[in-house]
Amino acid sequence: MATLSKARVIALLCAAAAVLSTSGCGWGRTVAEKDALDANSTTATSAKSSCVDTSGDTIKIGFVNSLSGTMAISEQTVSDSLHMAVDEINANGGVLGKQLKVVQQDGKSEPAVFAEKAKTLIEKECVAAVFGGWTSSSRKAMLPVFEADNALLFYPLQYEGMESSPNIFYSGAAPNQQIVPALDYLKEKGYKKLFLVGSDYVFPQTANRVVKAYAAGNGMEVVGEEYTPMGSTDFTTIVNKLKFSGADAVVNTLNGDSNVAFFKEYKASGLKADTVPVISMSIAEEEVSAIGVDNVKGQLTAWNYYQTLDSAENKKFVKDFKAKYGENRPTSDPMESAYTSVYLWKGMVEKAKSFDVDKVKAAADGVTFDAPEGKVTVDGENHHIYKTSYIGEIGDDKLIHTVWQSDGPIKPDPYLKTYDWAKSLSASSESNE
Amino acid sequence: MDMLFPQIVAGLSNGSILLLAALGLSLTFGQMGVINNAHGEFMMAGAYTAYVMSTLIGNKTVALIVALVVGFAVSGLLGLLLDVALLERMRMRPLDTLLVTFGVSLVLQQLARDIFGATPVYASAPEALTNPVTVFGYSFSAGRLFIFILSIVCVAALYAVLKLTPLGRQIRATSENRDLAEVSGISTRTVDHVTFFLGSGIAGIAGVALSLLNSISFNFGTTFIVQAFLVVVAGGVGQLKGAVIASFVLGLCQSAIELPTSASIGQVAVFLIVVVFLQFRPQGLVSIRSRNLA
Repeated sequence: MATLSKARVIALLCAAAAVLSTSGCGWGRTVAEKDALDANSTTATSAKSSCVDTSGDTIKIGFVNSLSGTMAISEQTVSDSLHMAVDEINANGGVLGKQLKVVQQDGKSEPAVFAEKAKTLIEKECVAAVFGGWTSSSRKAMLPVFEADNALLFYPLQYEGMESSPNIFYSGAAPNQQIVPALDYLKEKGYKKLFLVGSDYVFPQTANRVVKAYAAGNGMEVVGEEYTPMGSTDFTTIVNKLKFSGADAVVNTLNGDSNVAFFKEYKASGLKADTVPVISMSIAEEEVSAIGVDNVKGQLTAWNYYQTLDSAENKKFVKDFKAKYGENRPTSDPMESAYTSVYLWKGMVEKAKSFDVDKVKAAADGVTFDAPEGKVTVDGENHHIYKTSYIGEIGDDKLIHTVWQSDGPIKPDPYLKTYDWAKSLSASSESNE
Repeated sequence: MDMLFPQIVAGLSNGSILLLAALGLSLTFGQMGVINNAHGEFMMAGAYTAYVMSTLIGNKTVALIVALVVGFAVSGLLGLLLDVALLERMRMRPLDTLLVTFGVSLVLQQLARDIFGATPVYASAPEALTNPVTVFGYSFSAGRLFIFILSIVCVAALYAVLKLTPLGRQIRATSENRDLAEVSGISTRTVDHVTFFLGSGIAGIAGVALSLLNSISFNFGTTFIVQAFLVVVAGGVGQLKGAVIASFVLGLCQSAIELPTSASIGQVAVFLIVVVFLQFRPQGLVSIRSRNLA
């Protein structure tokens, strides 16, 4: 009752906000832009010509992150590290001699708002590239906008894969750079019976399809698969099922608050990290503090970056971030990936010697950057990047310490085409395209 | 199967959580007819009290006991303030209270965000309550056992107050027939304030207890509020006995359904059960025969 009425009120407010913002957004093109369009229409190659102004000594880029709503806690950190990358680049002479000017938009934790703001950034603000998005639904909502306007989006999160848009660069992990290494690690350590627990939405369900295919092809067994509604805090039954399933490891794709209730219940029921370890896909440094380090210490995570990585690039990144935003702020994978994506775009633009979207895309293949996570390279074919995978253990110090890492950067494979056990997966996803 | 016994315990534990969340409501909604959407936020206030106490006091056991007392007082006073400032002006207009308290709940959530930040925090519990206890060879959560006992203590205390004290008699008289109570010399105004203080205070206690299982954030209360109303309606409005039975029945049902299916289906099924049940018995499990025309 109560939440129903709340949901209704919120929906109304959102609708009102959407209507208001549409009326002010990018529908009236200027005469100059229309002329440019007409001039182009005879030799039209792409859907629409861009209105990016490259004449001055500054160039605009756009950020779209949720600065309000439920995702704000997470996405604010991504916005912070994006801003840090831009400040660094500007201090070192900008891109092709031009200073970057950031236009920040608030995605308000609503996929529809993300799409609207992306359109504003491309068509009204005329930015050269857009950085941001977090949830898969926000990315899916923005994708058609970027493809229709032939613009560029840099998306920083690890995600479920099965996507490769010509207008998106994915700087987070593809499934074969996070989920598969996590399973390789469990296999190497001799774990055979997996219990899967996740929140009931797209990432956990798709990730678990990969886990099940992997298990079937690698002599492992999935002894339980449980999903809870988003924000669910009752895990007694699931932990009961876990205890009686005979599982020797847990693959956890729960997100947000649910992790707290799950790990408290796990601990209170007598389960321990050294007997039935939990490997989590969505717990980074930020979340460890929120969950309470007592509840998760000794548990495993799978990412492509930890604050504790021992490299000169990372030490500088961590030091600069703390100097800029506060000593108690941790750095995490999505933040590092967002930071890196700005540098990758810079590398592509400099290689193309142009801000033009088609030229930047053509130049993308092979662009590298010595990122805090290690060397990353853009794969021009699927627009993902080569990344090193790290399995980490959560320590008493609220940080995550590497216990295993892949042999160098892994080639991105969003459709898992190169794995025999994943044949059925990639076949079914391609027929869906 | 071996899982049966732990699953029954899980059901009882869920029931006790529902009961704690609904107990205060059964007073304010049941006895006074106020649809208090801010009840969840009073629980949130209790939970944040637990957090503050756990950071101020080194000994976690002492911190928890202090938090239970202070949480009761903080949420009770918030409730009293709400009643005196707003609800008193709309007695017997339940639909208006629904809207007003919804607004108050939003204000309180924003206030919590401003004071404590949007990032969830957690109250570190006494070590003994985070570890398992072993009964008949099965291990159970000590924290949940504590919540179970606390819910029984709260019900017993509330029952004693309602049945044995002059105040309780006045509360019952007011809820059964406000006009008659008034002409009998009871200050229904004072009684209402005290009832609302008690009901909100119990929400505070519930918040402190449930912070043992959960992280604490501004939306802490929204998790429980719908189910709490469900329990009160299914149990029979204004009936303590009904609320007790309804919470344990619903808790057990949820655990039983969740076992062969999934958590999502368990939650949906509980709603369905209540909806269907109310078709046949709109007055709830336990109803009172009253000459009250209202």
